[in-house]
Amino acid sequence: MSHVMPGLFGINFIQTLMEINGLKLITSNLDVLLLGALVTLELTALAVAFGMILGLIFGLAKLSPQRRLIYGIATFYIDFFRGTPLFVQILLLYFGILPMFGHVGDFSAAVIACSLNSGAYIAEIVRAGIQAIDKGQMEAGRSLGMTHGQTMWYIILPQAYKVVIPPLINEFIAMLKDTSLVSLIGVSELTLRGKLLYSVSYNAAWVWGTVAIIYFIMTKLLAMLGDYVERRLATE
Amino acid sequence: MIEVKNIHKNFGSLEVLKGVSCYIAPREVVCVIGPSGSGKSTLLRCVNQLEKVNSGQILIDGEDVTQSRVNIDRIREQVGMVFQHFNLFPHKTTLDNVTLAPIKIKGIPKEEAQENARNLLRKVGLLDKANVYPNQLSGGQKQRVAIARALAMQPKVMLFDEPTSALDPEMVGEVLEVMKDLAREGMTMMVVTHEMGFAREVGHRVLFMDEGKIMEEGSPEQIFDNPRNERTQSFLSKVL
Repeated sequence: MSHVMPGLFGINFIQTLMEINGLKLITSNLDVLLLGALVTLELTALAVAFGMILGLIFGLAKLSPQRRLIYGIATFYIDFFRGTPLFVQILLLYFGILPMFGHVGDFSAAVIACSLNSGAYIAEIVRAGIQAIDKGQMEAGRSLGMTHGQTMWYIILPQAYKVVIPPLINEFIAMLKDTSLVSLIGVSELTLRGKLLYSVSYNAAWVWGTVAIIYFIMTKLLAMLGDYVERRLATE
Repeated sequence: MIEVKNIHKNFGSLEVLKGVSCYIAPREVVCVIGPSGSGKSTLLRCVNQLEKVNSGQILIDGEDVTQSRVNIDRIREQVGMVFQHFNLFPHKTTLDNVTLAPIKIKGIPKEEAQENARNLLRKVGLLDKANVYPNQLSGGQKQRVAIARALAMQPKVMLFDEPTSALDPEMVGEVLEVMKDLAREGMTMMVVTHEMGFAREVGHRVLFMDEGKIMEEGSPEQIFDNPRNERTQSFLSKVL
């Protein structure tokens, strides 16, 4: 009995030491991870911003089936980027397509790939938002002599944006998580920095646990912002 | 003013207008009556091309609006429309509902458009509601704003698509009063309605439609007191 106790004590001691080392590892490298989180946020914000422009254009195009060509292009674009993995899209663009246009840096390539992907999802959000507005609104605008475009701009879109904002924030959250895939082409965002920290420490639990917590905090804050905006719009 | 020549309109395999011809002279008030599904609203919506006809001609001031080269937006400026469900713009105040089209289409300065809009709102008895949003208005008030909104474009003719059908009974009168005033001022009007009293009192001519055709037309006295067509007789015996 007496010779077992020191052994147990020893295991506990080593575990405690490892834990402290893990904690040290994280505290001394937290700035590296947080800078990565900043890159993740920057990439997400750019992707969703460009995605909104693409989404508005292709969402509107998707609502004009009588214009066969632009409707066809929009349908293909949306179906392709929603129907293939973002991972594959990143590889295809970075290694396959963008080199044909000269040198494109990894961050720019990541922004392009994520924007195109986000645009396809936002196009569907825009389309659904516009279709949620009563058909009578378009008829009222047209009957006053406004063009389709004027009615869309002054009457439909100002009403549709309320419908669009909650799913748009969901898309922002989804994109924030999906940007971890661009670690594969060397963009030094949160996941890649986690990978590097793991490869020098082999402390998977602490490194990936911390990375997960940072992602979780970012998405939780966005979700709270989304709830707030939704409440504001509801009372307006 | 408006001349409709033998128009046909299908929704898929359903033929809703089976060769309709009619005309509306300047300063004339024409009321279109008939059972639900008879094509009255479709006829009205074809006049300002919210629905495209399958064949036939619609002349407004001599111009065939069914031709694709016609600038339909310019023609619609001349043709005001009031809908059954009002279709006010919910994100804009009463005043902005009325001023939007004159400012954006005609390029009228904001001050002037607002001055005109206030005059129109006074005319429909809603000047005090200029700064409220549509969801704070009753049905009758909404419809009166919708009339003011259409009048703000200074149309030559007004189309009314069952303007009182969605209203509570006690609000029908206030809307009909506004329409009577308009008729008295000499506005050319085409009114699809179930208000037989209005058709008789205000209408210069009444068209009775059934099954996609105009079955009978004539003066209100003739249609209401001496209907010749048996469909007209049976319809009127049910509603009067």
